[in-house]
Amino acid sequence: MNELLNLLKDNARYEVRDLALLLNEDEEKVSEEIRKLEEDKVIAGYHTIINWDKAETPISKAIIFVNCVPERERGYDRIAERISRYPEVESLSLISGKAEFILKVTGKDMREISHFLAHKLAPTEGVNGTETMFILKEYKTNNAVFYNANEESERLLVTP
Amino acid sequence: MTFEDEINQTVRYLKPSGIRRFFDIAATRKGVISLGVGEPDFITPWHIREEAIHAIEQGKTFYTGNKGLPKLREGICAYYKRRFHVDYDPEDNVIVTVGGSEAIDIVMRTLVQPGDEIILPTPAYVAYAAIIEMAGAKVREIVLKEEEGFKLTPEALKDALNEKTKAVILNFPGNPTGGIMTREDYEKIVPILKESGIYAITDEIYAELTYEQKHCSIAEFDEIKDHVIVINGFSKAYSMTGYRVGYILAKKELIDMILKIHQYTIMCATTPCQFAAIEAVNNGDKDIEEMFVSFRQRRNYIVKELNRIGLYTPMPQGAFYAFPSIKRTGLSSEEFCERLLDEQSLALVPGNAFGDAGEGFVRISYAYSLDQIKAAIAKLEQFLKDGGWDK
Ligand SMILES: Cc1ncc(COP(=O)(O)O)c(C=O)c1O
Repeated sequence: MNELLNLLKDNARYEVRDLALLLNEDEEKVSEEIRKLEEDKVIAGYHTIINWDKAETPISKAIIFVNCVPERERGYDRIAERISRYPEVESLSLISGKAEFILKVTGKDMREISHFLAHKLAPTEGVNGTETMFILKEYKTNNAVFYNANEESERLLVTP
Repeated sequence: MTFEDEINQTVRYLKPSGIRRFFDIAATRKGVISLGVGEPDFITPWHIREEAIHAIEQGKTFYTGNKGLPKLREGICAYYKRRFHVDYDPEDNVIVTVGGSEAIDIVMRTLVQPGDEIILPTPAYVAYAAIIEMAGAKVREIVLKEEEGFKLTPEALKDALNEKTKAVILNFPGNPTGGIMTREDYEKIVPILKESGIYAITDEIYAELTYEQKHCSIAEFDEIKDHVIVINGFSKAYSMTGYRVGYILAKKELIDMILKIHQYTIMCATTPCQFAAIEAVNNGDKDIEEMFVSFRQRRNYIVKELNRIGLYTPMPQGAFYAFPSIKRTGLSSEEFCERLLDEQSLALVPGNAFGDAGEGFVRISYAYSLDQIKAAIAKLEQFLKDGGWDK
C-alpha cells in the first residue's frame, strides 16, 4: 500500500482516523496495515526531524567515505554490519564511485567524532582508508528545509 | 446623457460576479478562514519556477510569435497525444493564450454573431455567461442535475438545440460541480452534435484531476473533431494560476480566425511564463501525479466529513470542489454563506454565483491543507448544530 507509506513518509504523526479518511478505507484496515508494515520492518522506525542548530544542545555531524576490501563469500555485508553497530553511525550505505561506504556520523562535537574516527572506525578490520567531511550547516534534511524559505502562499480568500 | 448611458449597454447590464461580491464581504472580516478559492494550493514546482527565472535572467523577454513559442506548441501537442490520445499539429492547431480565460473570450468572439445562442450547462464557471453576452450571443441554459451526477444528457442537449444554436460549452471535470463525462456519456451526445453541426467548446482545464478513471476528451471523437475547440491551460494541472498561460486547440481554419483577435488584442502570452510552461508540459507529468494523489486524498477526506456532519455531499469525480446541497437548511445559498461568515468566520462560495441553477448549493474547495480543512469542518459542524440542521 504505497499511498499509505507515502503519507507516513511525510508525516509520521497522522492519526489513523485521518489516514483512513484520506485513503477512503476503514480505520481497522489501516491500523492493521500499519501494524503489518511495522512487523515486516517495512516501517523500520519513526523519527523527528530536528534542527539541532536551533536546539539548546547543538551536535556535530560528519560525512565519511570509507574504503575497504570485500570478503570472499560475504562481500561487504559483515563489515557493514560491524560499522553500523556503533551508535555514532546515523546512516551507512554501500555506494558506487571512489569509496565503498558513505557514513553519516554524529557526535556532541568535532572532538568526539575525531575520536570515533581514530579509535573505532579506522582500525576496523578491512577498512583501509577514510575521508571525513564535517558538516558546517544543514540546509535541508529529510525534505525539511531549515532556512526561511519565504514561501507562504498568499492566495485571495475567494476566487472563481 | 448619464454616465451609464454613455458606456456600452451590454457591459452596463452585465451582472457583477457573485464571487467578487462575496469576496468583498469576506475581505472586510478579520480572522476569516476560507475554503473559497478556485486554485491549487501547491507552490509551482521549483523546476518550473526556475525556467521562468532563467528566462528573465537570460533576457528572454521579447515578444514571441503570436501563436506562442514553437517549443511550447510542440510540447502542448505532445502532451495532448501522450495523455489524452488526441493529435494536433503544433504549427496549425495551437494558440498559446493568456490563461484559459483569454481562450474562452477569443473563441467566443470568433464564433458568435448577433442572435446566436450558446448552450451553457449550469451551474457553470462564472466567466462563460458574461463572455457569451459580451460577444453578442444569448445564453441558453441547461440545468445539470445532482441526481444525474451533473452530467450533460442527450435529452437535455436535444431540448436546448434550435436553429440559432452556434455552440455548446462543455466543462468536464466541472467547476463548481466536480462532474465529469465518461467516454460512454460522450458517446450518447456525439451523434447529436454531429447531426446538428454545432461547435463543442470543451474547457478541459481540470482534465488532470479526474479521479476514478482517465479523462476522456471529446476531441477523441474523430467524427466531430473538426467542430471541437479544446481550451486548456497550466493553471490547475501544474498549479500555475498566476503565470496566466493557457491554450486553444482547433482545426487550422478556426485557429487562423481566432488568431486575428489574439494578435490584435494580446499579441502573445507573457514570454518568461511561456518558458516556464515549456518545462511544465515536457517534464511535469510527475508533478501532476503527485498533486493528483494529494487532491484525491483530500477529496476523500472532506466528502466523508461533510456527510458525517450532516451536509449530504455526493462524491465529486473531478476538479477540487465539493458541491453539497444546502436545501434542507431552508436558507438560500447566499444566506447560508453570509451567516456562516458572520457566525463562524468561514468563507465558502454560494452556489448561485454559478448561475441560478447553483441556488441551494455551496461550493467548497478542498485545495487547502488538511489542518485548514479540519478547522473549517469544525466550524461548519458547529454552524449546522446551532441551526439545528445536523441531524
Ligand atoms: C472551468 C474554468 N475554466 C477556466 C478557468 C480560467 O483559468 P485560467 O485563466 O487561469 O487558465 C477557470 C479558473 O478558475 C475555471 O475554473
